[in-house]
Amino acid sequence: MMHYFIGDLGHFFVITAFVTSIISAWSYWKAQQNNELDQSWITNARVAFSIHTISVIGIGVTLFLIIYNHYFEYNYAYSHTDTHLPVYYLVATFWNGQEGSFWLWMFWQAILGLILIRTQKNWEAPVLVVFALVQGFLVSMILGVVIPGISTKIGSSPFILLRDAMQDPIFKTQQDFIPKDGNGLNPLLQNYWMVIHPPTLFLGFAATIIPFAFGIAGLWRKKYSEWIQPALPWTLFAGAILGLGILMGGYWAYETLNFGGYWNWDPVENAVYVPWLILIAAIHTMMTYKTSQTALRTSFILVIAVFVLILYSTFLTRSGILGEASVHSFTDLGLSGQLLIYLLFFTVIAIALLAIRWKHIPVSEKELTAYSREFWIFLGALTLCLMGTQVIIETSKPVYNSISRFFGGEGNRAPKENAIQFYSYVQLWFAVVLCLLSGTAQFFWWGKMDKKKLKEILMPFLFALLIAVIIINVLRVYNVSFAALLFAGSYIIYSSARILISVVKANPRLSGGAIAHIGVGLMLIGMLFSAGYSKVVSLNNTGLLISKEAGDEFNRDNLILFINEPRTMADYEIEFLGERIEPKYKSGYIKRNDVELTESPYKVIAKKDITYNGKKLFSAKEEFEINPENTYYEIEFRKGDKVTTLYPRVQVNPNMGGFVASPDIKKDFSRDIYTYVSAPMNKEEEPEWSKMEETTVKIGQQFFVNDYVAVLKEVNRIEEIQGFGLAKEDVAVKAIVEVQGEHEIYQADPVFLIRDRSQVGRLPSEINDLGVKIALLNIHPETGEFSLGINTRQKDFVIIKAMEKPYINILWIGTGVLMIGFAMAMTRRFREH
Amino acid sequence: MKISHIIAIVVIAVAIAIIISTASDSSSYVSFDQAYEMAAVDNKTSVHVVGELKKDANGDVIGLEEGADHLSFSFLLIDENKKEQKVYYNEPMPPDFTRSEKVVVIGKYKADDFVASKILLKCPSKYQEQKLNNASI
Repeated sequence: MMHYFIGDLGHFFVITAFVTSIISAWSYWKAQQNNELDQSWITNARVAFSIHTISVIGIGVTLFLIIYNHYFEYNYAYSHTDTHLPVYYLVATFWNGQEGSFWLWMFWQAILGLILIRTQKNWEAPVLVVFALVQGFLVSMILGVVIPGISTKIGSSPFILLRDAMQDPIFKTQQDFIPKDGNGLNPLLQNYWMVIHPPTLFLGFAATIIPFAFGIAGLWRKKYSEWIQPALPWTLFAGAILGLGILMGGYWAYETLNFGGYWNWDPVENAVYVPWLILIAAIHTMMTYKTSQTALRTSFILVIAVFVLILYSTFLTRSGILGEASVHSFTDLGLSGQLLIYLLFFTVIAIALLAIRWKHIPVSEKELTAYSREFWIFLGALTLCLMGTQVIIETSKPVYNSISRFFGGEGNRAPKENAIQFYSYVQLWFAVVLCLLSGTAQFFWWGKMDKKKLKEILMPFLFALLIAVIIINVLRVYNVSFAALLFAGSYIIYSSARILISVVKANPRLSGGAIAHIGVGLMLIGMLFSAGYSKVVSLNNTGLLISKEAGDEFNRDNLILFINEPRTMADYEIEFLGERIEPKYKSGYIKRNDVELTESPYKVIAKKDITYNGKKLFSAKEEFEINPENTYYEIEFRKGDKVTTLYPRVQVNPNMGGFVASPDIKKDFSRDIYTYVSAPMNKEEEPEWSKMEETTVKIGQQFFVNDYVAVLKEVNRIEEIQGFGLAKEDVAVKAIVEVQGEHEIYQADPVFLIRDRSQVGRLPSEINDLGVKIALLNIHPETGEFSLGINTRQKDFVIIKAMEKPYINILWIGTGVLMIGFAMAMTRRFREH
Repeated sequence: MKISHIIAIVVIAVAIAIIISTASDSSSYVSFDQAYEMAAVDNKTSVHVVGELKKDANGDVIGLEEGADHLSFSFLLIDENKKEQKVYYNEPMPPDFTRSEKVVVIGKYKADDFVASKILLKCPSKYQEQKLNNASI
């Protein structure tokens, strides 16, 4: 049964949201023009905005109902969800598609708008004009209406029916066809990060509009400086939340994806990093204005630039222009024209307004001397801008290509092959400069500096130098750029710590800045060691060439591990102990050999008592549920006395093609050991067995099975065979062969059987871990001997990549400290207001 | 000189350095034939080649060969000029490889073989999927 009403309701909400945002913008515009002498425009506008917010919430509720009730007749539910996902992942599927993530952005912005209406009596009208206009643009992205005359589609609605989105032939015959299940969520997205990272990031995006709106409002009203006070705490908020969102993305990538890092310099990542840098610069120039009434023009430029860059990043990410250049590139929904208009609209208006009012913006008379705090802040802001420029110029190559192609050129510039080298090493030096500036600037900020007081800076400078020299020699940081970063990082930490001590004594509420800077220093040092000194533990130099012609330029980062065969690599002894599966309702890992399958792939029966880490999980013969899609590989890392066991995961998901691998990480204070499966063994094909070897033995006699010591323990007559009907005259005999493996004794139990007194059958028994198959070929009662047939195959193996990431926890600790600093600074500024 | 002038000069110098570094030894998207010619002249620069995997009549990928040590593999890539080339890659086959719409290889020619140091995949666009998944019917 098709549910038409809910889609229509959703669509209705979208149109209402769009119309009310325009009405609200118009009403606030009139209110501002009339200088708010007439409250009725304000009231109008507020009513419109409230209805708008309710409609936005309505869109959210309807879409959620479609997802929650599995109405697969709708394209969104079909494309992004399925019936197996638990509720908290269903929530995450909300923003899995572009329409849903646009909604998330407009939702946050509507909320922020409401908060500002309640708190900003003075600035409400002009600021909310900007808000409402942006909301209008965002809603237009999910309108999904077609303009009849020019037959262009505006927006992409999340409420379209499946049959309107896809031209599958089944709809020709069966209009009301509803699939039983949807495409589901990519396994890489099925973790808690998908639930918290996008909302945080989009809240950050939404928050960047606040300083922009205030800046525009200030220009419009010709009140060029009063906007800074109310805008500053919100700018800090935006910086904190956007930064947190970005860092969450990095941590997620580290934990879940397989490139062993937290930052890839992917264009989509860069596109958010650059506005964030500019936002930090804006925070500092706005603070400078508050204390010394300088840097006003710079503040205007920066807050406008931040929002323009956010729009630009939206354009890059969603228009499909990145094409082959990015792994994040979302599919083109045909919105690129709209996104371009959105970007250009605000950019042109903002720049025009700034240009018109430029001459009227008060400029401070103060001379910029090297001893003034403004000077240092200004240098810092400049450095941040240059930092951002370096990244955005290279990242925008696909845009240059498109422009070039538009004018008939070739447009085939490719991005740099080695992004890390290009970006990281340059950004590193910018970071060094920033640390030096910041460490020094704080002294100027908090006290009147003159030649005598310069000595105060000398102390931390020398101290940092000393620490750096010690660490460089002890940890052998001999690379020049790394040494510089280590020194700069120590300098900013030490300087900020000194400032923090004196600020805490005077007024603890002002410590936010110093704490934040300490956080930055820690983060940089964490990055330095974990990225700069990341060691590929699985480096393998003993392999053969791929082919003689391919040359010997080799970087064998992957290691093939045969089961129970340790390899020694880079001070570690690494051993693959076998595949494991995971019970659904208990934590722990179980050997495949220890369970028997049942008809349902989700249930298994324990063959014996199963323990994990000393705890008993299941008794023999107990039936329990497992997650059959996940296979874990138990890999042991031994270094001296320390043994670390990791369980990287592979999920075979035919919908997502091939397999999906997730790493496992052992976190220690001084380093993380990071490993993942690059390629599991191909289980689809039948293994190649060797030619059978025959050997004749007596009970109790030792013999060899593929180099393993084996013994024939006993041979007994058996009355029944599982899955096999035995008649009364049939004779079945089972041999128990014990084979001594590397870590345990395995048992094979081949069967020899005589049916109807004449037919001879043999059921061989396979020991998976050893790669052997044993058959009981013949019984010789006269001599008391038994003939055994042995086949062998290549042992199970797994191909892994393992890395050591030193001191990466310093990075995460630094992140926490940075956020604490932000929170304190924000609280202080909100209270001041 | 006024300090603001000094700063201006430094900024301009840095900006120019950035632009030059971005534009210089830029890789570009080329065809296999162009890559071959470039390798003859300069065998240090990597190039990007966009192409599709070779498929048979049913749409299944053919031409995949696993290296003897399982740690590498080779495949057949057809570039935009329809030229087919065997590409060697020094890591196991990435997951989703056979499902990728387009494949970008970054590498260079060594004699007559193309050795890729990196592979970029573009996953099939769900929005353009015209056929429903059979599993859900």
